Amino acid sequence: MKKSYRIDVDCANCANKMEIAAKATPGVKDAVVNFMTLKMNVEFDEGADHRAVMQDVLRNCKRVEDDCEIYL
Amino acid sequence: MNRKQKKMLARILISAALLIALNFAPVTGWARFACYMVPYLVIGYDILIKAGKGIAHRQVTDENFLMAVATVGAIALALYEGSGDYTEAIAVMLFYQIGEWFQSYAVGKSRRNISELMDIRPDYANIEKDGKLERVDPDEVEAGSIIVVQPGEKVPIDGVIVEGESALNTAALTGESLPRDVRAGDEIVSGCINMSGVLRIRTTKEFGESTVSKILDLVENASSRKSRSEAFISRFARVYTPAVCISALALAVAPPLVRILGLGLPGGWETWIYRALTFLVASCPCALVISIPLSFFAGIGGASNAGVLVKGSNYLETLSQARIVVFDKTGTLTKGVFEVNGIHHSPYDENSLIEYAALAESASSHPISKSLRAAYGREIDRSRVSGIKEISGEGVSAVVDGHSVAAGNGKLMDRLGVNYIECHSVGTIIHMAIDGEYAGHIVISDVEKPTAREAVAELKKCGVRETVMLTGDVERVAESVARDLGIDRAYSGLMPGDKVEKVEELMRSRDPKAKLAFVGDGINDAPVLSRADIGIAMGAMGSDAAIEAADVVLMDDDPMKISKAIKISRKCLRIVYENIVFAIGVKLACLVLVAFGAANMWLAIFADVGVMILAVLNAIRALFVKKL
Repeated sequence: MKKSYRIDVDCANCANKMEIAAKATPGVKDAVVNFMTLKMNVEFDEGADHRAVMQDVLRNCKRVEDDCEIYL
Repeated sequence: MNRKQKKMLARILISAALLIALNFAPVTGWARFACYMVPYLVIGYDILIKAGKGIAHRQVTDENFLMAVATVGAIALALYEGSGDYTEAIAVMLFYQIGEWFQSYAVGKSRRNISELMDIRPDYANIEKDGKLERVDPDEVEAGSIIVVQPGEKVPIDGVIVEGESALNTAALTGESLPRDVRAGDEIVSGCINMSGVLRIRTTKEFGESTVSKILDLVENASSRKSRSEAFISRFARVYTPAVCISALALAVAPPLVRILGLGLPGGWETWIYRALTFLVASCPCALVISIPLSFFAGIGGASNAGVLVKGSNYLETLSQARIVVFDKTGTLTKGVFEVNGIHHSPYDENSLIEYAALAESASSHPISKSLRAAYGREIDRSRVSGIKEISGEGVSAVVDGHSVAAGNGKLMDRLGVNYIECHSVGTIIHMAIDGEYAGHIVISDVEKPTAREAVAELKKCGVRETVMLTGDVERVAESVARDLGIDRAYSGLMPGDKVEKVEELMRSRDPKAKLAFVGDGINDAPVLSRADIGIAMGAMGSDAAIEAADVVLMDDDPMKISKAIKISRKCLRIVYENIVFAIGVKLACLVLVAFGAANMWLAIFADVGVMILAVLNAIRALFVKKL
């Protein structure tokens, strides 16, 4: 399953860091962060609960870049 | 400016004012230190906090960390030496923040610019209820409903016009500024602007399936597919920052140790630590990480404004390397409709010959008959025609206005015993006999698009080495079209499957750096479009198959757009490379100067912020593609 989320982040490098953090989160098959359109496209693993996974993604992103937001 | 940017601007101004004022204040010692800490903290508190959090999360190698270490280090050095020169550290923080502010402002500005360019999203649809118009969300309109579009409004959903006549502005979709006239019965695509009359439209799709939604979706997600340049930059940034930190550490420690242990000289720790800190300031990779994605974003935005939709940065990159362009003939280089192209050897005048032909063929549904009727252009009066006989594989015979008329191929003429003149033109030849006498022939052929020849020449001019045409048509037609348009090679008589094979063959024999682009009209070319290095579909307004299969979608069917697309991609990629070379070059030069003590912190921060600003301005240039 794929979903797109609106995000807020200040710099391009931070967006890269969010992407890496999101990709490393269990339950996420692939994630792409687009700094220019401020969007995060996430592809979830088969059978993963996307709500729960996104909470983890948000937590992991906050860890690498404090000043970021994902609008769930 | 948003709230964050305004706040940052205020911080920059306050801090700069304080810094200037303090230069004239006669304070010394710890009081001086305390005074200078005010502007420093005003401008840099968030950086310090972020750096602290980064360390706590073991994310030490980002630019916040670099800036925090460099400025805190410089202040500590000033304290230790007792020089009281804190200005430098504060200025570094100040300029860094100015750079960040500018970057955020520029990015926000171009985000808005590009979304304005693609401002085709309709906000509402009008539905008639009890004689009154009601505005509803386009999402709520079901397929098959009747909607009303008034002059000045956007067509919200794809459909067919049931009533009304108007001119449509399709500029937002196709980049074409000439208005298009439509009337009842015509199909209409969403995203056009209705200019003159009120239109009643029966929707054929839901909003989510309509052209406008598809395009918006495509454009919004385009820059998510990253190019190799972007991947390179994010990999680069990942390796670069730790490498710089280690080099800085080595610069601080190694030379003094060598001096003390190896040469027996005093260590000169202050000098080397200062150089190491300057090194950190100079090393910030911001210029690269922001300008590369920004260039692609601007390039894709500019292209979509010109009616060229690129599905991702990676495709923009591949397109710029296109050296072989393979065309499908029908519908791409030619109009794909059969038209009367010439009348030869006729004793009658052209109009009356066409009239006879059209009347004789009036009962046939063959495409050739349709084009004859189209050439006649007037209502057909069936009462003038009688005794129509269709002779399969030969043609028709009929009595028109009392004259016996036969229209068909050579076989028909042979059977009727009429001597006919062979034609050397390419196309379908309709020989005519009236009252048993040969009356000349009509040439019907697919017409080349008016800009096709120019388009091929333009491709050659922008560095395409080879142009190839694939067609299912017979060799004679293929050769003549290819010669006429200046195409290097033509392969004829191909079935759709053969086209894939041909493209694969061409891809095997080419040099791997020369990318192959295939241009088709997207109707039966889907397999070839996806097989080529880059698939370009033309005339895609309303054709979902093309939008799905292609990597680049040309909104109208003008072949000139192909070279335009390539030029846009070249410009964008040139800007990307300029930025990479410029930013890395200046950075390296700066780092070398710093390591040898030829540059101080002022120069380092100016270089850093200056390069960033120039790179961002250069990136925005990719947006301007009108004159290409």
